[in-house]
Amino acid sequence: MSKPKVILVACGTAIATSTVVAKGIEEAMRDRGINVTTRQCKAAEIRSRLSGVDLVVSTTPVPDDLGVPVIQTLAFLTGIGKEDVLNQIEQLLRED
Amino acid sequence: MLAELLEPDAILLHYPAQDAEDVVRQLSQKLFAKGYVHESFADAALHREAELPTGLVLDGKVNAAIPHTDVDHVIRPAVALATLSKPVIFRHMIDPTEEVPVQIVFLLALDQPKSQVAMLQEVASILQDAVIIERMMEADSVSDIIALLQR
Repeated sequence: MSKPKVILVACGTAIATSTVVAKGIEEAMRDRGINVTTRQCKAAEIRSRLSGVDLVVSTTPVPDDLGVPVIQTLAFLTGIGKEDVLNQIEQLLRED
Repeated sequence: MLAELLEPDAILLHYPAQDAEDVVRQLSQKLFAKGYVHESFADAALHREAELPTGLVLDGKVNAAIPHTDVDHVIRPAVALATLSKPVIFRHMIDPTEEVPVQIVFLLALDQPKSQVAMLQEVASILQDAVIIERMMEADSVSDIIALLQR
């Protein structure tokens, strides 16, 4: 199996919404045959946690100059646009 | 899971909140009175709400907020719930400049990272279900709410 893609999931406290997002991404990407591993952090810690990260997914505002792709989304909480976001994540992970 | 963590004495139905601070303080006070959180929880949750808001635009008539804060202020995990007689303004989680009129509030007291995954997923699945949200808005008793969550 190929090396898992690393997704850094950020939210305000790293305990609530990022937990839901991380689980949602893990399950959906497994269904799509993509090997992922997720890490959670507080939005304020993002810059110090970027090593080895392929993609950042955040439920709070984050800087746009991180040097890795960033997706800001509430779809895993509200369900709105979830399929689109999953497609976008899949595409980004398959690209590199 | 949510039904177990939801504290019956921390459910306010059709609460006429003055503003977002009012509802966060009321719910925090109820969790404090039952020994779930430290007295500092309300201020901490409001501080976090000011910096990193938790308003969510849902796919139905009403919008929600899920205020919460760092684990240090929590003694044991619980959820408090309020349905509001009229909306109050929270700020949008991703775009804090956007005002979100909120009518249902889940105040989350979480005691360790990643610990309450099942409960959080259940909250998310409720937020995604406009029918349940609408029924919760109509609920007149705590037992109605519990019954809805146990379905």
